[in-house]
Amino acid sequence: MNSKSLKLIYNNSILGPIIFFVLLFCVPLVSSSNYLFSILTMVGFYALVCIGLTTLTGYAGQISLGHAAFYGIGAYSSAVLTGTYGLNPWVAIIIGAIISAVVALIVGIPTFKLKGYYLALATLGFGIIVYTLFKELSTITGGSNGFFGIPPISLFGFEFITDTSYFYLIWIFVFFAILFTRNIIHSRIGRGLRSIEGSEIAADAVGVNLMNYKLQIFVLSAIFASVSGSLLAHYVSFINPDLFVANTSIFFLIMVIMGGKGNIWGSIVGAAMYVLLDEILKHYVPMLLPNVGGQFEIVFFGILLVLTLIYMPDGLVPRFEKLISKFKKKTPTNGALQSTISANATGGDNK
Amino acid sequence: MEVLSQMMQLLFSGLTLGAIYALIAVGFVVIYNVTGILNFAQGEFAMLGALTCISLVNMNVPLWLAIILSIVIVAAIGGIFERTALHTARKSSVTTLIIITIGVSIALRGLAILIWGTQVQTLPPFTDNTPISILDAVLLPQNIWAVGISVVILILMMYFFNYTFVGKSLTACVVNPFAARLMGINPEKMSLFAVIVSAGVGALAGTVIAPISGATYDMGMMLGIKAFVAAVIGGLTNAPAAIAGAFLIGILEAFTEGLWSSGLKDVVTFSFLLLILFVKPEGLFAKASGKRV
Repeated sequence: MNSKSLKLIYNNSILGPIIFFVLLFCVPLVSSSNYLFSILTMVGFYALVCIGLTTLTGYAGQISLGHAAFYGIGAYSSAVLTGTYGLNPWVAIIIGAIISAVVALIVGIPTFKLKGYYLALATLGFGIIVYTLFKELSTITGGSNGFFGIPPISLFGFEFITDTSYFYLIWIFVFFAILFTRNIIHSRIGRGLRSIEGSEIAADAVGVNLMNYKLQIFVLSAIFASVSGSLLAHYVSFINPDLFVANTSIFFLIMVIMGGKGNIWGSIVGAAMYVLLDEILKHYVPMLLPNVGGQFEIVFFGILLVLTLIYMPDGLVPRFEKLISKFKKKTPTNGALQSTISANATGGDNK
Repeated sequence: MEVLSQMMQLLFSGLTLGAIYALIAVGFVVIYNVTGILNFAQGEFAMLGALTCISLVNMNVPLWLAIILSIVIVAAIGGIFERTALHTARKSSVTTLIIITIGVSIALRGLAILIWGTQVQTLPPFTDNTPISILDAVLLPQNIWAVGISVVILILMMYFFNYTFVGKSLTACVVNPFAARLMGINPEKMSLFAVIVSAGVGALAGTVIAPISGATYDMGMMLGIKAFVAAVIGGLTNAPAAIAGAFLIGILEAFTEGLWSSGLKDVVTFSFLLLILFVKPEGLFAKASGKRV
């Protein structure tokens, strides 16, 4: 790589994401393990939710404890519209996203008028309402037993059934979500939101309509979560309300914080870390403590969340960047590593 | 007559629920006012109080001593939580601190799974639980205990905040932290104090509700959230209003459960919260304040 193209990466060009995703999409050439692809697909679902949530937390400074609800609205819209009414899955995804967007507007408009942390409360309450409705409206949703027989998604006659094909599908969505969000962050909305950090009152005074910007980001994050949920429904073909409890929202928040709330790449890093840790904990803890049942792993994630916030409040991605820049000082020719993409890759190598 | 007795019955259970929510909501309001943090771990204090008390009783500790000990233990846990998590991160933004309390709450919940498992545990009622009949409605003595204890504690807290030195210092931090600091009140110490007091009161709420509805590792979340709703409805900054909000929520829930559907009572409660945020975000009982910029 010559240093000119590297400069481009750092300047938030489209090259960074393209390199990352080309590398990612080459993984099937190296490995054919179904387990690996089911894991990577899961990371994709979470990453898609987290991209929106990272923008909401990092740029709009708002905490949402209800994104599992939008994830669930997407999943159930797709399930019911395709499973019961036989609609085309792609149309169902769009309808689900529209429902989520409208619901986000209804929750967002009153709460963003208020200063402070009412969104956390409102979304928490809203998440519980949606979860309860999934459980209680059993004639439509199948109640606690869940919804069976969601058809697979297909495109031009090709059915996405294998883990590998689904891996491509979800990560293409993640790719476009990242591009879209980057554009938003570098647009008027992103600049407006960043001005809050300087002084919210000053931003207000020069005519930045903060409420509107926060609302737009919130709606966008709801749409991402909804699409991710829809895709999940077609992937697993069976969903039940317990996938969308309040804890799921908290796990999304943990991923965002672990990865780094000020950087959209943090959402991919955070989602990957979460899935990896979850697999490790579920595998090893029962060996050490055989009698343990239930969601014991939340104790580790809780402690991890607190420690992350105390000792590296900006998450993992900035850490990698710092590490890389130190490395770069020693070998000044290697400017490539300044990009976040290679930062992620190097972070992986460190383990 | 039957309708009347059913109404009485629902009112009783509503008041009981309201009393529990009130205790947790007051702790929540105290922490919020002194530190500006929405403490999402508030409900877990009740869970820890209930489960610790049950374990002590199972070790043949007399019930009254078990209650006192569990309050002390949970208050200590609250103190540790404030020192290790909140105090260490005190320079961070309020957003960060709030997410820290979320982390602590799920860590405590996970810890409870590791210690007590996922089974529902029960605590014997405080006294002989022969039902008392009033106007054909059945009233259990434990419900009277719940309401009675909560009223006594709330009066004690009112006294504490208005007539003792420490209480007045806390109130001063709430009214104007900067002026309080100038007067020689240490806000960091007050923050520790606020968390300890609300943890202790939360633990008491847990031990009171354990004989009525049992205790599990995940009871804290719903209790905490309902207390939030109560506090927001009351106006977040005003303890008596939060208590009124708590009783309102308790009664609303009992009537929804009795007259409509137990599954949908959470939907009704949270829809009520969203409605309040829509039409009267400063709370139902709040006076107009000059803090809007």
